[in-house]
Amino acid sequence: MGRKLDPTNQVKRGPGKKARKQKGAETELAKFITDEETGPKRLSSRARKRAVKRVHNLKKPKEVAAEKAKKGFTDENSKWLTPAKRKRKADEAESEDDSDDLWEKEEEEVEEEQQQLKKGGKEQVKKAAKSGVKQVEEEDDDDDEEEEEEDGDNDEDDDDDEEMVDDYGTLEDGSGNEAAAAEEDDSDAEELLPIERAAKKEKKLKETMGLESDEDDEEDDDDDDDDVEKSDDDIEEEDTVQTNIDEMDAFRLPGAEESEKEGVLPLDLKTIHQRIKDNIEVLCNFSTKREEGKERAEYISLLKKDLSTYYSYNNFLIEKLIDIFPLSELVDFLEANEIQRPVTIRTNTLKTRRRDLAQALINRGVNLDPLGKWSKVGLVIYDSSVPVGATPEYLAGHYMLQGASSFLPVMALSPQEGELLLDMSSAPGGKTTYIAQLMRNTGVIVANDANADRLKSVVGNIHRLGVTNTVVCNYDGRQFPKVMGGFDRVLLDAPCSGTGVIAKDPAVKTSKDEADIQRAAHLQKEMILSAIDSVNAESPSGGYLVYCTCSIMVEENEWVVDYALKKRNVKLVPTGLDFGKEGFTRFKERRFHPSLRLSRRFYPHSHNMDGFFVAKLKKFSNVVPTAPAEKKEENSEASEMTEVTESPQKNPSKTVKTSKTVPGKASGSKGKAQANGTSGKEKANIKSKGKKDSPAGPKKAKVAKMDGETVKGPEAKKPTVKTTPSKADKKEGGRFEKKQNKKIKSPMKAKNRMGKNKFKKLKVILQKEGGDIE
Amino acid sequence: MLLASILRTVARLVNDRRLRSPIETGPSVTTSVLTHVSRCSTGHSVHIVFLSYIVKMRPLTDEETKTMFEKLSKYIGENIKLLVDRPDGTYCFRLHNDRVYYMSEKILKLATNFSRDKLVSVGTCFGKFTKTTKFRMHITALDFLAPYAKFKVWVKPGTEQSFLYGNHVLKSGLGRITENTMQYQGVVVYSMADVPLGFGVAAKTTQECRRVDPMSIVVFHQADVGEFIRNEDTLT
Repeated sequence: MGRKLDPTNQVKRGPGKKARKQKGAETELAKFITDEETGPKRLSSRARKRAVKRVHNLKKPKEVAAEKAKKGFTDENSKWLTPAKRKRKADEAESEDDSDDLWEKEEEEVEEEQQQLKKGGKEQVKKAAKSGVKQVEEEDDDDDEEEEEEDGDNDEDDDDDEEMVDDYGTLEDGSGNEAAAAEEDDSDAEELLPIERAAKKEKKLKETMGLESDEDDEEDDDDDDDDVEKSDDDIEEEDTVQTNIDEMDAFRLPGAEESEKEGVLPLDLKTIHQRIKDNIEVLCNFSTKREEGKERAEYISLLKKDLSTYYSYNNFLIEKLIDIFPLSELVDFLEANEIQRPVTIRTNTLKTRRRDLAQALINRGVNLDPLGKWSKVGLVIYDSSVPVGATPEYLAGHYMLQGASSFLPVMALSPQEGELLLDMSSAPGGKTTYIAQLMRNTGVIVANDANADRLKSVVGNIHRLGVTNTVVCNYDGRQFPKVMGGFDRVLLDAPCSGTGVIAKDPAVKTSKDEADIQRAAHLQKEMILSAIDSVNAESPSGGYLVYCTCSIMVEENEWVVDYALKKRNVKLVPTGLDFGKEGFTRFKERRFHPSLRLSRRFYPHSHNMDGFFVAKLKKFSNVVPTAPAEKKEENSEASEMTEVTESPQKNPSKTVKTSKTVPGKASGSKGKAQANGTSGKEKANIKSKGKKDSPAGPKKAKVAKMDGETVKGPEAKKPTVKTTPSKADKKEGGRFEKKQNKKIKSPMKAKNRMGKNKFKKLKVILQKEGGDIE
Repeated sequence: MLLASILRTVARLVNDRRLRSPIETGPSVTTSVLTHVSRCSTGHSVHIVFLSYIVKMRPLTDEETKTMFEKLSKYIGENIKLLVDRPDGTYCFRLHNDRVYYMSEKILKLATNFSRDKLVSVGTCFGKFTKTTKFRMHITALDFLAPYAKFKVWVKPGTEQSFLYGNHVLKSGLGRITENTMQYQGVVVYSMADVPLGFGVAAKTTQECRRVDPMSIVVFHQADVGEFIRNEDTLT
């Protein structure tokens, strides 16, 4: 024997004793034997036969195809119409129930066809199947069977065929063919009978075909029809199934009578639930599934009614939710509000590590998991044999029970060590203590809350968790800037309507209405302004405010932030939270600042945490744009916001204005305001016009004098400002002189007129002024 | 002369603790008007009206400090100076609403911004002075006692719960105890996992603890962390 021809044998290479040894057999042999020599291997007899068969099979399908072509249908439908086995079994088929057999046969055929299609070469393969079947028959049958076959019992053939079909799927066509070929080859030497047999068979079949051509045709046609019918039936069946579904679903709005009935009788919740689902399906494909003559509004009103009945909401809240959520999400949201969110805890890194805490809790019998990739301190509790809020670890201050959504604003705030922080609405103290642990007990935190009772829990939590850098006080958040300001960062978790935490407090479903939301929104607006005023924009490391609520209402979230953007020198910055839905930049008829998409919304059904909204604002200037006393504040705010860069200079002038010592300057600044606020020009003009009227009577002469100064003053001070403002001043000065007595005579008209005839008036005034100055 | 004597009288009166703590007349008004008549050295009677309107939190007087430090040293001995002089700054004690708060000086400065009735808590509360000027230490001081404790008691797992409910520690629940513990020595109670549970007073010396029967009390309970849940209201 030689060395083993083992291909996996690693040949050692490189210098060294072993490498110099004789290499493995493969390498040795390779030196002698070239590829040519290794080409045709010496085969065993069986192998030879198999090889021959293989070659035959390549030719046979074509032959068979040719035969099949004759055998099959010569008309155009030969491609897809299969000369059915059904044909053979036609008698039986007719006698029996058509449908079942047809179904089965169809299935078989379909399967075969599919498999054949997979193999590729439809016709050939189909025909190969037939031939294979036949040949398989031949192989498997003994001589006896052959004789039987030769007897030409179609049924038997059919049976055999079918059996063959049953037993040998087309997957084994190849093998079947090979086997047939092999056996044929085998029999070649012995008898030519297999081939002869095949030929005979085919002849017979042709004869039968010819004899029964009519029948066959009819049968074929029947078969075809059956095929078609079958497919039709299939389709019909599917259709009927579909139509049944449609009929069942064909959602009809209940008429008035039915509604009345419902009002009287207590409705089954199941039917309401089903109706809700159907209704939403219809609404999603409204054009296709709608009932004729019914408006979308009717469907929606029915949906609202059903939702409020099923989930026990009041109408107001349902309407709000329909506005916020697309219908597909609405039911998810409502369902999510029915079940509690999982209990989550936050590790207190001042006293322990998450790993150690998890271990300790597991030892006590708590089933927990880390909260997610986004948090390094969160753990979610699945179930526990001990009360989670009373373990010795809890009492020792190793963790705090806190909702997952409450982690987010503190993560967005990202407090740094040594900073001065304010938490304006801190009860019960979860976020405050999280801030403290992120700051490692350095710096100072001021924890404020307006409710003295709830402050006790803040104090308790602070002491329990070992926080030492906190001052707890009891102010109304809106008064806070007066007490103390200049914080590096501020967190405002504003009191809200609580529509995001319905799972915790189901009373919200029925108790909230328009007034509640408006009240909450008003309070939040005031508080966010106070919070902004408490931030020190010049802080070296901060100047940030995080505004968050546990509500999903747009009035309390985006609207409040948008209001703050207009009223103060702040801008939105990314929160640093990479998950969550972006805030709305427009909602119904309102349009918000486009940066609102940097804020984040979280929902119970999509994030498995309480509904939440987080927005991070950066204050870029400590100056407060003062709001004018006019009603049209919003309009002038637009112009005032553009005054940002000039505000430091303006402020003294504005304060001065109130004291009326230099009204001219004030008018100048107002003029500038006018000019700068191109968008709010007209309205800004109104404002300034109105204000100018104050020194109208007694000081008009002074003002007239001052106008000259104002023209020079502003120009001198602000050379970068375009000349148009000064012209505006002159304009105003001119008009002021003209319209002394007419204080507020339709200022709108005046402004409009000015707008239209601006250029001409400018010219006139310039000339005048030029004359005066000189 | 008169002025100086008046000032001296005032100073004397200010030192009188009774006058310093104002009477709270209501939730919103914390004015106290006290009139004290005394004779100054020149013989004039001086009517001194004290109007302590919004008294901010104040440092402890000497007596108060003495009382408190005595209590603390029962548990941590002479390590008190470690509490005051810390590497990250100077810490101090201040009295506010009869409670003693321990805070760093940075926080102290900021806390002066807040008015007395609005200020709820600063830093850490160590305890309160009772009406009879005794100092009672609260569980909230545990975080500062535990690292510096001189005498410690470890409690078996089964007895943890009992102690956390406010019961005394029996001999059967005693796991370990520091050597040379004197009787009535302040001790800090730990669980077997070295988690501080509270503090108390040793009822027996270590030697006696070994000898005594299992049902006798070895540690008197004074404060435990379970109070965070049981007595949340009294913390403030």
